Amino acid sequence: MSWFVGYVRSSVGAKTIMAVTGLLMVLFAIVHMIGHLQMFGGQDMYNAYASFLQSLWEVKWPTRAGLIAVFVIHLVSAIRLVMMNRAARPVKYAKYTPARSTIAGRTMALTGLVILAFVFFHLAHFTFGGVQPEYFHLPDGHGRHDAYTMFVRAFQNPAMYGIYFAAILLLSMHLAHGASSWMQTLGLRHPKYPWTDKVGPALMVILFIGYMAPPTAVLLNVIKLPGA
Amino acid sequence: MNLTVHVWRQKNGKDAGRMVTYQVKGVNEHASFLEMLDVLNEQLVAKGEEAIAFDHDCREGICGMCSLVINGRPHGGHERTTTCQLHMRHFKDGQEIWVEPWRAGAFPVIRDLCVDRRAFDKIIAAGGYISANAGSAPDGNAVPVPKEQADRAMDAAACIGCGACVAACPNGSAMLFVAAKLAHMHMLPQGQPERAKRTEAMVTAMDAAGFGNCSNHYECEAACPKDISRDVIAMMNRDYTKASLGHREEESKAEGAG
Repeated sequence: MSWFVGYVRSSVGAKTIMAVTGLLMVLFAIVHMIGHLQMFGGQDMYNAYASFLQSLWEVKWPTRAGLIAVFVIHLVSAIRLVMMNRAARPVKYAKYTPARSTIAGRTMALTGLVILAFVFFHLAHFTFGGVQPEYFHLPDGHGRHDAYTMFVRAFQNPAMYGIYFAAILLLSMHLAHGASSWMQTLGLRHPKYPWTDKVGPALMVILFIGYMAPPTAVLLNVIKLPGA
Repeated sequence: MNLTVHVWRQKNGKDAGRMVTYQVKGVNEHASFLEMLDVLNEQLVAKGEEAIAFDHDCREGICGMCSLVINGRPHGGHERTTTCQLHMRHFKDGQEIWVEPWRAGAFPVIRDLCVDRRAFDKIIAAGGYISANAGSAPDGNAVPVPKEQADRAMDAAACIGCGACVAACPNGSAMLFVAAKLAHMHMLPQGQPERAKRTEAMVTAMDAAGFGNCSNHYECEAACPKDISRDVIAMMNRDYTKASLGHREEESKAEGAG
């Protein structure tokens, strides 16, 4: 296993770890977004989906464990890389003019930390029910947890909408750089496929719209409480 | 032209260093940036001050000796231009200009604007060669190389090892340099037998020298006076991963014994 330790510690190997774990989380982000778009299908569809996910404990727990592991590896590896990169330039330039790098790329560490804080908030909100406990344990009349009402109540509050808007914006920015970088890092980027550089920005737009569409519909009263 | 030039002055590696402002008068707009510094140095020497130390050699853009981060961009930020080929007509009369050395932990400042770039030599010494006994030069076309391959090898071999990629990178990474050196050999048949070993050795030497990691900003590509593409970095990443996954412990042991 010595070659593996050496690989993970090397500059190229550490970046591969970032790319692979990042890619896995991007896939989760896409699936998670598609799941929430079912808010447009109404209370019954959304609650059936939520209860279906919860009933698949054989899938649910390995997925959760895997996601946590991937998240922690991505985070630890990122902290190590940022520290090494800072150390590689001990004296800063008095004047430094970026030529090609983007704001999304240069703020990866910062947006990453905001996403970390947001993930804790989001779990406390919708998984543990600690943020708005009054909407958390509502039944829906079919013996299911009323995730639909919980969702609508949450985003009828403009402050809550604002928090999610800001967090999703920064998450999309983070992925704009990350989802374009992984192919280069894994050595899969090739002049034959120039569109790979557009994957990140395209994903940024798709995820931002896809994630913010249901909360925005709630705020604009397009998605309403059942019977309202 | 009259200019206000802010220059990094540092007596030696232990000195903290600082920016010092000079007024340079009567600069010819056809002068190169280095000639402007020559004019400034003559004015300094006439006043009995120490001349500014800066690296230069061929002054025709091919030796890789000149450096300087000018207004925050290595070699001044003009496409495919080294500092010696940068002319004063690109600046305006009365303009303020900031001149700094390459900034990287692996490139310590020796004096003023001169940095120690021997870290690059160590990377080359780790594997930037072909160790077959080649004898005299082979006959032309004895080793067939497709034109496209030869062109790509030549594009990578255009690297003059100036270090602008390291200076431009927000992380002080040397990946464009290392990847270019690997690519120019790995595009050719002669480079194939030692491909995995060479990639591992040179990446290891790069990491040991204290360069940063690539964050895919591609500032290196923008700064490169020889227009080397970031494609070579993708190739290095791919080769390094393949080399690590396919590494055989017994091979390195056998080699150590031999």
